[in-house]
Amino acid sequence: MITDSQVEKSIGILLRTGVLLAAAVVLFGGILYLVHRGSGHADYHVFRGEPRDLRTPSLTIREAFTGNPEAIIELGLLLLILTPIARVVFSVVAFARERDTMYVVMTLLVLAVLLYSLLGS
Amino acid sequence: MNITLFSVVVFAGSLLAGFLGALTGLGGGVVIVPLLTLVFGVDIRYAVGASLVSVIATSSGAAAAYVREGFSNIRIGMFLEIATTFGALLGAYLATRLHTSTIGIVFGIVLLISAYFSSRQQPHPDPMERPDPMAHRLKLEGTYPTAQGEQHYRARNVPLGFGMMFGAGTLSGLLGIGSGAMKVLAMDQAMKLPFKVSTTTSNFMIGVTAAASAGIYLSRGFLDPGLAMPVMLGVLAGSMLGAAVLVKARTKYLRLVFGLVIVALGIEMIFNAVKGRL
Repeated sequence: MITDSQVEKSIGILLRTGVLLAAAVVLFGGILYLVHRGSGHADYHVFRGEPRDLRTPSLTIREAFTGNPEAIIELGLLLLILTPIARVVFSVVAFARERDTMYVVMTLLVLAVLLYSLLGS
Repeated sequence: MNITLFSVVVFAGSLLAGFLGALTGLGGGVVIVPLLTLVFGVDIRYAVGASLVSVIATSSGAAAAYVREGFSNIRIGMFLEIATTFGALLGAYLATRLHTSTIGIVFGIVLLISAYFSSRQQPHPDPMERPDPMAHRLKLEGTYPTAQGEQHYRARNVPLGFGMMFGAGTLSGLLGIGSGAMKVLAMDQAMKLPFKVSTTTSNFMIGVTAAASAGIYLSRGFLDPGLAMPVMLGVLAGSMLGAAVLVKARTKYLRLVFGLVIVALGIEMIFNAVKGRL
């Protein structure tokens, strides 16, 4: 039997690990980005939107492993977005262990919204 | 400006925003968008994307500390996240459709309102109000540690709180902010939850709410790596620094100054949006 405080402690560790991992990947990609493109011109005045390769999780991951600095940063951002999603997955399991069906259903609904946004929108 | 210099300057600005946001409890996200759009001339869609990412980082970083203290209520948070995530989807869709000056005007108004609420002393919730039977069925209750031992509480006005949370989620998705102030308002003022439970549960919810809009931002090309990198790292480092010195700092005057900065930014946002410069 796991207690509420153990669940809360695990959630805390999960969140902190996710954020620090994401920050490390963003920092690594950021250094590469500045080394390669640092002398270029910064222009964000006109919105063009990101290229197709950086708009979906699967293409971003593929690009990141080719060493594209911008894709590595984007991969870090993806890890960051996945951190709260992992927390929700974790909560589904915790509520299921407590046999709290009502909260399992609610949490699955939240999870469905998050996955729709990330993969289906 | 070249990319290296731009990144360093944006990092420094984000560091300061995150630091002041954590010290004053107003959040750094709320000044990132005005900073990027008004000072650096960044298109508001890129600015909103970078800001949202920094909101996820600070919320998750801070929530790790809060859940350990035993104030945040995971069930109340999860129930209300149904409202905030659906709101966040709507907000993110609106962000992809609305004209940038409309977004700018809404942003300015939200800045002014949040400065007003942060300056006002909140009235204490009336303990005599009738409990909501819905709260019992949904298990929206709990205990929290006080000096007099464990104190029991139960949510009131559940439909009103849920509706306000939908609104908070919509603003979060539209403006790339955590909208923590509105979440606290919904729990503390509408649902009559203890203030400490409201603030910590709100912080706990911000990351999930923001993640619900982030996917849409990603697929619409709002998340620019070159801009999000210095903003996210700066705000995260600044807020960790702010949380570390928080215990020692006297925040009363700081809150006042930061509140005035927010008012000025709000007026500037509305002015620029009306002039069509955003």
